[in-house]
Amino acid sequence: MNVIILLILPLAAAVLSFLPIRRLASGVTVVSSLVVLVVSAQIAGQVVSAGPVVAFPKWIAVDGLSALMLLLIAFVGAMAAFFSLGYMSSNSHEPRRLRLYYANFNLFIFSMLAIPVLVEPTLVWIVVELTTLCSALLVCFENTHEALEAAWKYVVLSLMGAAVALLGFLMLFAAMQVAGGGTYTWDGLVAAAPRMPAVLLEAAFVMILVGLGTKAGLVPMHTWLPDAHSQAPSPVCALLSGVETTAVLYVILRLFPILKGTSAHAEVWAVVFGLVSVGVAAFLLLQVSDYKRMFAFSTVEHMGIILLAAGLGTSSAHYGALYQALSHTLTKSFCFFAAGATLLAVGTREISSVRGLIRTSPVAGASLLLGGLAIAGAPPFAVFLSEFSIFRAGLAKGQYLAMALLVFFVAIGFFGILQHLNHMVFGTSNGDEKPGVRLPASCVVVLCVVALLVIGLGLYLPEPLHQLLRLGAAALER
Amino acid sequence: MNDPLITLSMLDSLNMLAGGLFLLTAFGIVATRQAKGTLTLFITQSLLLAASAFLLGLRYNSWHLYGVAAVNVIAKAVLIPWVLRRTVHEEVYTRREIDQVLNIPASLLIALTLAILAYFLTIPLQQAVALEFRGPNVPIGFAGLFLGAYTLAVRREAVPLLIGLLAMENGAFFAGISLARTLPLLVELAIATDGLIIVFITGVLIRAVHQHIGTTEVGAMARLKERATGEASEDVGQ
Repeated sequence: MNVIILLILPLAAAVLSFLPIRRLASGVTVVSSLVVLVVSAQIAGQVVSAGPVVAFPKWIAVDGLSALMLLLIAFVGAMAAFFSLGYMSSNSHEPRRLRLYYANFNLFIFSMLAIPVLVEPTLVWIVVELTTLCSALLVCFENTHEALEAAWKYVVLSLMGAAVALLGFLMLFAAMQVAGGGTYTWDGLVAAAPRMPAVLLEAAFVMILVGLGTKAGLVPMHTWLPDAHSQAPSPVCALLSGVETTAVLYVILRLFPILKGTSAHAEVWAVVFGLVSVGVAAFLLLQVSDYKRMFAFSTVEHMGIILLAAGLGTSSAHYGALYQALSHTLTKSFCFFAAGATLLAVGTREISSVRGLIRTSPVAGASLLLGGLAIAGAPPFAVFLSEFSIFRAGLAKGQYLAMALLVFFVAIGFFGILQHLNHMVFGTSNGDEKPGVRLPASCVVVLCVVALLVIGLGLYLPEPLHQLLRLGAAALER
Repeated sequence: MNDPLITLSMLDSLNMLAGGLFLLTAFGIVATRQAKGTLTLFITQSLLLAASAFLLGLRYNSWHLYGVAAVNVIAKAVLIPWVLRRTVHEEVYTRREIDQVLNIPASLLIALTLAILAYFLTIPLQQAVALEFRGPNVPIGFAGLFLGAYTLAVRREAVPLLIGLLAMENGAFFAGISLARTLPLLVELAIATDGLIIVFITGVLIRAVHQHIGTTEVGAMARLKERATGEASEDVGQ
């Protein structure tokens, strides 16, 4: 029952947001997203203590892997809603457009929450497509030339990928018929997989990997990602970069247990795509000129790392992949909140025009530095720990070359991010330093809360969360 | 007509005909200059898709496929054009697209290569499924998908690009009606609704681009790039 509430709440909030009552839209959004967070945490607790929750057999169910995604989506959703309060009101938009923003925001949250809870693959495909459509108008919210261009690229490339993925899902269905039928769900597919023709499975996998990989930002289909993730309003960027990409990657991860044990080569594809994404993103990180684009390229890098880890195929690597998804989501959303605060404080996205941020706006500067260090993978933050666990799993599997390349690329990415941040935060400007604009209270609160979690997760992984990761990793096995 | 074998072979031939015409419309969408023309071709293509679903339904006596045919006719031949006309300004349709990225004969030649490639790519897939799932639908569906993607690569005007997207989905479905014949109708309905939302959102986006930038030649928008020091990194986009 809880699962249904989870889906209905954001929809109701979206409808209410359209009503022309002052401040209703923002209030409703914050309340509904907080309730969603509480309910997801409850569901996750239930999954950890009593196993999978089934709301509608064959259609809606939550297992360990879905519960983890649900928790991540709900968490970033709640933080982004709260951050929006201050962020959107400080940009003086007219009330009608603000209502539209919150309505779209809630629909976007709804479509993302639906991804992990649905178990029928074609319906999952539809909600993945809905995430694109619900967020398109959020990406072009500013209506500038750049924002419209970014939104157009985002929609066209994502939908193009979706069409390819659709054929992949239909082929999976066909493979199921060849294998003698069964219920078309993730679990049903895993059960029927050994009887499916490998060529059909592998073709379906490749089409879904390429199709949904476009939306997850895998190289070479990533070209839209830095545009969309830099032009959207910052709270939306946190959602796009932090959870949307991860949620889409979750759908790809769902295919691994299906292909495992057949003669299809899912793992080779994953390792190659993953490494190429990490490598290309690392070198692009060196030469960005816009700090929001920098964090967007870092998302491409992290998607590559998660895919690579899933491709290693051992249970410790799967644990690492999910740990990485967790640490990336938390840290990347923090980075975009920090980037949003910086944008509010200095009013530009250009790295070269921001100097000495720590003096002009201490809160934004400190957050940007913390976020940068954490996302680049400096110890003791969670991203470092998760990357290290993947590295160890890779060595145990004997993938020395892949791991050497991974370390090399991650090191380059680390250098790229910190070099830019160093100039922005500590650099001396040649002109006079104007004090930055004061940040809205809700933004500062969100920054503090998420910063505490980013630091905390590096030092201590709570037992229930550890259990959830283990359950999720078990769902990736067969 | 009383001989069931003759009826079956006739249905197969008719389905083959629908498939051939479907492929032709896909070529047409690549090459037609006028935005309105691509829309007409898309409607024709969707009707052919519905016809093929109906014929396969008759052939295998499947109510599912009749449902698919009906959903397709209503959603794609009636509702999608209606939504598109409501959201996009009339002037955008009547526009002719003078310069595509490649000239049209060269474009058609590449499209032809893609169609042949689709045929050869699907041979191993066809062999993996049972005899009754084979037939012209799978290779032609793949070709439709490829040609739609190719349309997206060479065209610049907004409406033809949107039509290219929808044509890709039509291609996926054309293969789908033969491969996934028993897909629940609920899913089909959801996918059709999704198509409507695609058209609505893209239409709103086209209108916003038209209003704020004053063009619908969206393929030519190229402001977002890495403006790095030096001459490296012109890798994004064009």
